[in-house]
Amino acid sequence: MAKVLMDGNSAIGEAAIRAGVRCYFGYPITPQNELTEYMAANLSRREDCSFVQAESEVSAINMVYGASLAGVRAMTSSSSPGISLKQEGISYLAACELPAVIVNMSRGGPGLGSIAAAQSDYFQATRGGGHGDYRTIVLAPASVQELADLTQKAFDLADKYRTPVIILGDGMLGQMKEPVEFRRERPAVIPVRSDALRGAKGRPSRIVKTFTSNPATLEEINWSLFRRYQVIKQKETMSETFMVDDARLIVVAFGSAARIARGAVKSARESGLKVGLFRPVTLWPFPEEEIKRLAKKTRHFLVFEMNMGQMLDDVKLALEGKGEIEFYGRTGGVIPTPSEVFRVISRYYYQSGLKKAK
Amino acid sequence: MKGYIEIDRERCKGCEICIFFCPNKDIALSDELNAGGYLPAHFKNSDCSGCGVCALVCPEVAIEVYRG
Amino acid sequence: MKKIYTRPKSLKTAAFHYCPGCGHSVVHRLTTEVIDEMDLQERAIGIPPPGCSVFAYNYFDVDMAESAHGRGAAVATGLKRAFPEGIVFTYQGDGDLAAIGTAETIHAANRGENITAIFINNAVYGMTGGQMAPTTIADQKTTTTPYGRDVKIEGYPLRISEMLALTRGAVYIERVAVNSPANIRKAKKAIHKAFQVQLDKLGFALVEVLSPCPTNWKMTPLESWQWVDNIMAKEFPLGVIKDVTEK
Repeated sequence: MAKVLMDGNSAIGEAAIRAGVRCYFGYPITPQNELTEYMAANLSRREDCSFVQAESEVSAINMVYGASLAGVRAMTSSSSPGISLKQEGISYLAACELPAVIVNMSRGGPGLGSIAAAQSDYFQATRGGGHGDYRTIVLAPASVQELADLTQKAFDLADKYRTPVIILGDGMLGQMKEPVEFRRERPAVIPVRSDALRGAKGRPSRIVKTFTSNPATLEEINWSLFRRYQVIKQKETMSETFMVDDARLIVVAFGSAARIARGAVKSARESGLKVGLFRPVTLWPFPEEEIKRLAKKTRHFLVFEMNMGQMLDDVKLALEGKGEIEFYGRTGGVIPTPSEVFRVISRYYYQSGLKKAK
Repeated sequence: MKGYIEIDRERCKGCEICIFFCPNKDIALSDELNAGGYLPAHFKNSDCSGCGVCALVCPEVAIEVYRG
Repeated sequence: MKKIYTRPKSLKTAAFHYCPGCGHSVVHRLTTEVIDEMDLQERAIGIPPPGCSVFAYNYFDVDMAESAHGRGAAVATGLKRAFPEGIVFTYQGDGDLAAIGTAETIHAANRGENITAIFINNAVYGMTGGQMAPTTIADQKTTTTPYGRDVKIEGYPLRISEMLALTRGAVYIERVAVNSPANIRKAKKAIHKAFQVQLDKLGFALVEVLSPCPTNWKMTPLESWQWVDNIMAKEFPLGVIKDVTEK
């Protein structure tokens, strides 16, 4: 299939349709409205499909819960404040082992914040976000192509592990236009999940719940979820490296920040600095093993994010004290340029004595 | 007598609603506790018409009604 | 003699955990009688709320899924949209439907979602110990209105069913009670009709049931059944609030 020029938000929508999504429930919020509108235009009239502009983000996530109960691929999208509203619903999805895809095209916060891109929802996305002990898979694309590819993957992972999956983008990724190739066609026949609630015909009636008056039962439910998370950690972690083989300093960045950092790393290399980039693609599960391996090559890491230091914690935890970890962040919707980040890299490189190191 | 009822005394919670609504006053509260700690309703079996009002109002579905 | 009344088939045999005289028990029984009579056991999917009836799935022998508090109408919307052949019903309390769930309920009704809502109004929050509900009567003492509901501070009892009737998507709304043989018979007819509306694909249907709560009203079962007539039904009149299904 030929490449098309598309904004990131719309690319998510097209990819979701090709992945067989049947239901989209959403609510307008900048900077992801292109996705909601794309689904209104392209999903609502399809047979067996449903688009609802819900009355709130709370309502939308609960509609997703309902559609997922019925065994179909369902999704919602929003941006930071709206994702805060969805946290209760996501906790319920995780608890009841229901697949769903939730897209967060994040913006500056906290509060009403700004409509420009930021990465300050990392903690919200990777630490469960809602109440209780649970995790959701978090995918962090860094290009419109990756938005499309990871959207397909999100649905597959959600169904495979019966868990909600979050696509953590940002306003810049959502609204910029890049060429994108859609590699899959929408299936002609879309199967329904075998555990769907569709009426007790030919089988005993089913109950989907986690509420129990027996704490020991709930504890076992928690353990069962975490055993699954162990499997996900082993099998689904994704990350990417760029010029790390002989790097003396490794920049760690995700999403749009990684794009910016990549440009900065190239400039650094052109100036003779041995710098590389490590880009987590799954933020949960965080690629701990890969970072530990990189720490055998060099002790120096520079975490660069568009927030006040969130992935920074995961890098520190993964390295367990084995490393010199520096942080650079811009937030509130400020998007730094590669040359700004290059200056930061350069300053740190020289101040740490890396120019003289063997 | 045209009717007969069976009250499941272990399901009954002694709410006395059936006693109140029975048109023939044919149900009374027992004086022996059931396992739930309630004094259950007890069918006196003296004048039942099989109208079924007791089963209609019983919250616990503790009453079966026969008529004929 | 012939047995003329026995337990409905789609009502499981577990003993109810509800209090003596509680309206939930009666409504569970009526709803499962309707499900049996309309042959819906294999198609029905129920969404109970958090609340005393959180364990409704221990009694209704149909597919059921728990919902977050107040979100039943949204869950039912998603479920029915994804699987229109299912007969989807919510079973909600007064806080669930008319406080925390007000937005979801009004908009599901407004969109004319083809679902059946069974709304249990007992003028109080039961499971959490008897706090004020939107439908608590003026001057009624609850644990959060210990001096009686003061309408100047706490507002008046909310007539959500009348509000829902204003939405054009709601086609059938009736208020019933389960506190006497005559009312129970009418309640069952209303529940039957509310499911029929879904089968006929006409729009949103809701039955509000004035339901006794002896424990939190601090009355005997009999006193509570009478309070429904003497006090509650004066604030919340029984009868058809809206019925445009004949058009």
